[in-house]
Amino acid sequence: MNTRRGFMQCLAWAGSGVVWTMTGGVPRALNLGDAALAAPSGGFSFVQISDTHMGFKAEANPDPNATLQAALDKIAGLPVKPAMMIHTGDVTHLSKPAEFDTAEQLIKGAKLDTHFIPGEHDVIGDDGKLYFERFGATGAAPGGWYSFDQNGVHFVGLVNVIGFGPASGGTLGKDQLAWLETDLKGRSASMPVVVMAHIPLWPIYPQWGWTTADADQAFVLLKPFGSVTVLNGHIHQVVQKVEGKITFQTAMSTAFPQPAAGAAPNPGPMKVPADKLKTLLGLREITYAPAAGLKLADQTLA
Amino acid sequence: MFSSRRRALPLAAAVVLALSPVALAADPSAAPQVAATGAGTVTINNFEFQPPLVTVAPGTTVTWINRDEEPHTVLSADGGATFKSPALDTDDKFAFTFDKPGTYKYFCSLHRHMVGTIVVK
Repeated sequence: MNTRRGFMQCLAWAGSGVVWTMTGGVPRALNLGDAALAAPSGGFSFVQISDTHMGFKAEANPDPNATLQAALDKIAGLPVKPAMMIHTGDVTHLSKPAEFDTAEQLIKGAKLDTHFIPGEHDVIGDDGKLYFERFGATGAAPGGWYSFDQNGVHFVGLVNVIGFGPASGGTLGKDQLAWLETDLKGRSASMPVVVMAHIPLWPIYPQWGWTTADADQAFVLLKPFGSVTVLNGHIHQVVQKVEGKITFQTAMSTAFPQPAAGAAPNPGPMKVPADKLKTLLGLREITYAPAAGLKLADQTLA
Repeated sequence: MFSSRRRALPLAAAVVLALSPVALAADPSAAPQVAATGAGTVTINNFEFQPPLVTVAPGTTVTWINRDEEPHTVLSADGGATFKSPALDTDDKFAFTFDKPGTYKYFCSLHRHMVGTIVVK
């Protein structure tokens, strides 16, 4: 990247930061057909799916394979083919080989370069051995976390679901935080950063474990950057928050909905009438253009 | 999906076998204490370990049984280094024999707000 381009990006990011503050939220459209999203001039788009829970078989969704396929079909029908796909964890329900097989087969059908991070359901009993064999990133650190650049955006894939004790939520751990410090060091602050992690990196509802104990330390490292977008899964619904230059976003699941924080006795799968299920499941398209920044569009399967 | 359920039966049998010698060999003064507290079984219900605190004599096998529709796990608080269950689907069981006295905190790795303690003395 030459100096002028870097400078222009910096301006663009300062600009979009102002827009976000003024609107009091994150630029977000509900229809993927939105004109602003269809033509990323000089940029690219990617899609996020999350919490596919292959192997889930309870009443809240008797056929999670079909709803994942429905999400992939929506992606295939997008007016602009995404440059890649990210999966923010809980690929499977119980970390079983057959569940990983099904996930791999279905997701492969999308014919998109796909970057995964694990959820706690993917690492049961083996600290993620089976998961990393299938979906581990090339060049990842020993703990499974990784980063890569795409069209001038820096992507960081974090692992906050393995090891440690009861922390009422996720934990990154000192090894990963040390890696993140090294990974970010020397990068231009004007470079947009997208952080992926399964469990939310901000305290949405610690009573149900919807938080990450040591995420604050990661945000100290991310503070110099002009634009940071955090993409999480885990809670099977869209919750968003803007804090300075950082925007936080959780995503819908393709498998089953969960209750809003504290709205039920426990965070277990939410049973809804069959005709309502697809209105609570979905996917997200994220479009990036240097002049406009990142725009997020959530779409349900309905 | 079904393998954990298949595993549940032999495991249940193993628990019975493991418990029998303990009951026979236990110090007579320790045995009533174990029986009186209903020790040795933890039921997972509504995302809670019930009872959250169980006291047992050394050598006791504690069995967890998941009565929730959601899967759960049982991991010692040292990240599962002391004991670590596979995924427990509905009605699946996990058993661990506590030989050494001590306080063993544990949690569910799928729902980390779920915690419990086994005291062995």
